Amino acid sequence: MLIYTLKRLLQAIPTLLIVITISFFLMRVAPGGPFDGERQLPPEIEANLMAAYHLDEPLPMQYLRYMGNLLQGDFGPSFKYKDFSVTELIMQGFPVSLEIGGLAILLALLVGLPLGIAAAIKRNSTVDYVVMGTALTGIAVPNFVLAPIFALVFGVLLGWLPAGGWNGGALPNLVLPVVALSIQQIAYIARMMRASMIEVLGSHFIRTARAKGLNEGEVIWRHAIRPALLPVMSYLGPAIAGIITGSVVIEQIFGIPGIGRYFVQGALNRDYTLVMGTVVFYGVLIVLMNLIVDLLYSALDPQIRYDD
Amino acid sequence: MTTESTPYSGEQTHGAPLPAGGPNPPKAPDPAIEGAPAGESLAKDAWRRLSQNRAAMLSLGLLIAIIVVCIVGPWLLPWGLAEVDWNAFGTGPTLENAHYLGTDANGRDLLTRVLYGGRVSLSVALVASFVSLVIGVLYGAISGYLGGRVDNYMMRFVDIMYSLPFMFLVILLMVVFGRNIFLIYAAIGAVEWLDMARIVRGQTLALKRREFIEAAHALGVRDTKIVTRHLIPNAIGPVIIYVTLTVPKVILLESFLSFLGLGVQEPLTSWGVLISEGVDMMESAPWMLLVPSIFLALTLFCLNFLGDGLRDALDPRTR
Amino acid sequence: MTQSLLEIDKLSVTFQLPNGPVTAVKDVSFSIAEGETLALVGESGSGKSVTSTAAMRLLPELAETTGAIRFNGENLLEVTPKRMRRVRGNDISMIFQEPMTSLNPLHRIGRQIGEVLIRHKQLKGKANRQRVLELLNQVGIPEPERRIDSYPYELSGGQRQRVMIAMALAGEPKLLIADEPTTALDVTVQAQILELLKSLQAKYGMAILFITHDLSIVRHFADHVAVMRYGEVVESGRTLDVFDNPQHDYTRMLLDAIPRGRKEPAPADSPVLLSGQDVKVRFALKKRLFGKNEYFEAVRGIDLSIRRGQTLGIVGESGSGKSTLGRALLRLLKSEGEIRFEEADISGLDKSGMRPLRSRLQVVFQDPFGSLSPRMTVGDIISEGLKVHHPELNRRQREAEVIAALEEVALDPSMRNRYPHEFSGGQRQRIAIARALILKPELLLLDEPTSALDRSVQVRVIDLLRDLQKKHGLTYLFISHDLSVVRALSDDVLVMKEGRVIEQGSTEMIFSQPKEAYTQALLKAAFLESEAA
Repeated sequence: MLIYTLKRLLQAIPTLLIVITISFFLMRVAPGGPFDGERQLPPEIEANLMAAYHLDEPLPMQYLRYMGNLLQGDFGPSFKYKDFSVTELIMQGFPVSLEIGGLAILLALLVGLPLGIAAAIKRNSTVDYVVMGTALTGIAVPNFVLAPIFALVFGVLLGWLPAGGWNGGALPNLVLPVVALSIQQIAYIARMMRASMIEVLGSHFIRTARAKGLNEGEVIWRHAIRPALLPVMSYLGPAIAGIITGSVVIEQIFGIPGIGRYFVQGALNRDYTLVMGTVVFYGVLIVLMNLIVDLLYSALDPQIRYDD
Repeated sequence: MTTESTPYSGEQTHGAPLPAGGPNPPKAPDPAIEGAPAGESLAKDAWRRLSQNRAAMLSLGLLIAIIVVCIVGPWLLPWGLAEVDWNAFGTGPTLENAHYLGTDANGRDLLTRVLYGGRVSLSVALVASFVSLVIGVLYGAISGYLGGRVDNYMMRFVDIMYSLPFMFLVILLMVVFGRNIFLIYAAIGAVEWLDMARIVRGQTLALKRREFIEAAHALGVRDTKIVTRHLIPNAIGPVIIYVTLTVPKVILLESFLSFLGLGVQEPLTSWGVLISEGVDMMESAPWMLLVPSIFLALTLFCLNFLGDGLRDALDPRTR
Repeated sequence: MTQSLLEIDKLSVTFQLPNGPVTAVKDVSFSIAEGETLALVGESGSGKSVTSTAAMRLLPELAETTGAIRFNGENLLEVTPKRMRRVRGNDISMIFQEPMTSLNPLHRIGRQIGEVLIRHKQLKGKANRQRVLELLNQVGIPEPERRIDSYPYELSGGQRQRVMIAMALAGEPKLLIADEPTTALDVTVQAQILELLKSLQAKYGMAILFITHDLSIVRHFADHVAVMRYGEVVESGRTLDVFDNPQHDYTRMLLDAIPRGRKEPAPADSPVLLSGQDVKVRFALKKRLFGKNEYFEAVRGIDLSIRRGQTLGIVGESGSGKSTLGRALLRLLKSEGEIRFEEADISGLDKSGMRPLRSRLQVVFQDPFGSLSPRMTVGDIISEGLKVHHPELNRRQREAEVIAALEEVALDPSMRNRYPHEFSGGQRQRIAIARALILKPELLLLDEPTSALDRSVQVRVIDLLRDLQKKHGLTYLFISHDLSVVRALSDDVLVMKEGRVIEQGSTEMIFSQPKEAYTQALLKAAFLESEAA
């Protein structure tokens, strides 16, 4: 198991290398530079800035310099947030995104899985139609519609919860963004769980369990749920990586200092180092999440063994 | 063995009933004349199942209605896309002045703008899905059919693409190529093909092992013909299902980009742009948010329902 | 008849399908006495499995059941679900056709068996484990102490079926329902499982309701038999009576549906058509960047030759490499060694080099559902080879050929514009034969062409193959696990095991004087009838 984990981590290195390389050069191909947006800088100052950040060097040279720094764990300074290094920005924003995203995923699992299971058991009943109809609505209403409506209704009109702001992560400030972020996930998870549960319930070993004289609760709880969870888990790996790296929309609407906005702002501002930092960070998370999913898989399914 | 004049008399048939192949099978007088009745193809069969699914048919009807209204509507309405009614800034839905769904803060007719926006959103969806379809099907089919090492490397590349943050890629592509509506199509399509490629590859790998492909090899059929005549027609079911699920994804993505201010630009508009404007005016003019949101949600809803219905109709496991 | 344990009384089952109700079982009545075995026999779609599943009340909800199923006088169709759960696994147990998928893949087998003991015998902890070990021992699982903690995927099909039997025995049932328990297994394993069931029955004194399509098993296994067709019991009685003196036409037809006769030998001087020397096929299991790749050797060096007009039967159990060998000989798979067709070495030819030969070497596969492209009409399927090998033909000429081919396989030519899914298994197999025949091949590879078919259909397909061979002087390479079919069709037989030929010779010799123990076991397990007819 340990050897397998190490092997997987080793295999991830070329993947990350390619991701970094693609992003690096794609970013530089884009017209414009990091100092365009602000008031027109005098040419000599801009030249100085370019030199200070080594942007005047040939591209391959810059690439090698960046990779060298990266190896030492240095993501470089941000061009836009001049007083911060990229590492600092990510380390400040990530705990926030992680908290919101983690809670949203937790909520999505707690609500989505039971809904999916219930719909599968009561297939083609009113319960099923209501759950699946609601799930489809959850998918059809994008979160950039849902989030502002939440903020308006519960924050402004009813005044139950703060309509925005982080406030150091106080519980009332968490509720709306977490719920808004989780709705779509609940819908996806419920649909997926229903589909895989229906498939499992039709399988031969469930018939065997019934033929043993087990009651329906035992059949579902002991025999059906675990195999039905497997496909949902493969979905969760990349999904979690995506969610805990922040959602631009949620952060924008609720005014949350996460890292989701850096993806967008960084790309728009040509903040090369910031973009690269977030991309690398995301890539590492994806690799890790996929590894965790695979390890969990082998814990759930004895047939999958990672011996070598 | 019992005496039997025709060996096939006792065999049961599945599927649609055949003319009774009794002791004396009906023989066409001149067999060379095309007198043979046509059978029911799987496509026809699937359509029959789909047409029995009320939710899917309702969705299909509604979807067609939305498309028709978006295409025809703007010609019938008295207001133009950017036409400003100086007498109505931010008025709610009213029958006066033919602002049936109100106006925006600049006095432009909302219904007109929503329908124009619908044209953009729907055409983005259609073209981007098509781009992703072409790339995904070609990539997946080649990877699956060639197999072995090539397949390994091609799928490895897909894995790597999955580890790139998706939003970043789209945004970057748009930054690189500028904000042109056609480039939005291309950018979205260029990113959305990954799932399609995986699905088509999986199908191809499974089909390759099927005996009818082996039989074609045994007949000496050329590889190109095997791909076009056997592989693609048989992989098409899952592809259709997946396309109907890609379209809503793409619509959502386009509106998301527009919402972030990265989508189509004035004077053009799309549902995402309108929703973004609506969010800003949410408290004073809620209809500006609600109207485009309802159009968008309804379209996504119908597409998803249709996709589900198609899956049930085409999935051989349900037969 | 003595006190009956299970009495099925005018049972009818109707499925409420979207396209309307379908009655799968109509007014079925029979009864089983304590300790006796009743075989419910029928071909696919006869309703035999539906009947037995109804007795356990395990049918899906859209099934409507009328009549009565009395177990010890209690009508199971009327008891509460709670009472029914006490009956299942305790009074009546069931084993199924699919040993590979009937066990939960995520649980250890000990736990799955123990579950029954917890549920019905309140046996927990050490006592539970002890009893599970006993049961595993009884069903002949080697090393039960180790196997008790195995997962299903670590066991073979036969072992899994033994675990299913152990599970069924755990409740010490009075009735065991066995739904085609040996159909998915190799013949030698089949015989062991039947033997096991018999001995366990003697020991526990339970009754067995045995569902099968295989009459040869019935004769050796059951006291009573009920024959089903289209959801009705057409004949029932003591097995010996029914077999010796069948009353109903259908029963007679079933009993007669055994491939009989022998092939007339090909002239002794006919030339060798196809030969292989030291043919090897291996599949890469694992490709390593450094070091050796791992291979699985499916065919490990085989020599053979077939003369024109001859039929060579290749016999073996699953995994013996027989199908792989057949495909390699036709150059559908990469192989090592030499393959000659009419003296010419064809083992080095590439795809285009093989193409002209393809029309002379044709193939019919096992799976009538998988071997026809579901998106093409039957006419297009059959004429595809013509487009490759006779591009000079126009559409009308091709159509005439298709019609002739369909008539040759005794299918109605007016069906040529229909799609494969509209045909039955036997009809599809005829279509596959027509697709091969239209090219006027000399050698036909028949890879288990009848294995997926009902016995009565099988016999007709075999007759068709025999007639075609005689008419066109065809040479057959006949691959099968079914010894009775091989005996009826082949001149020579080649017995394969684990990629090697372990015995070969004339059909007569192999069947009357098998030398190898494995061949003897195969023959014994097949319950071949001595040819009285």
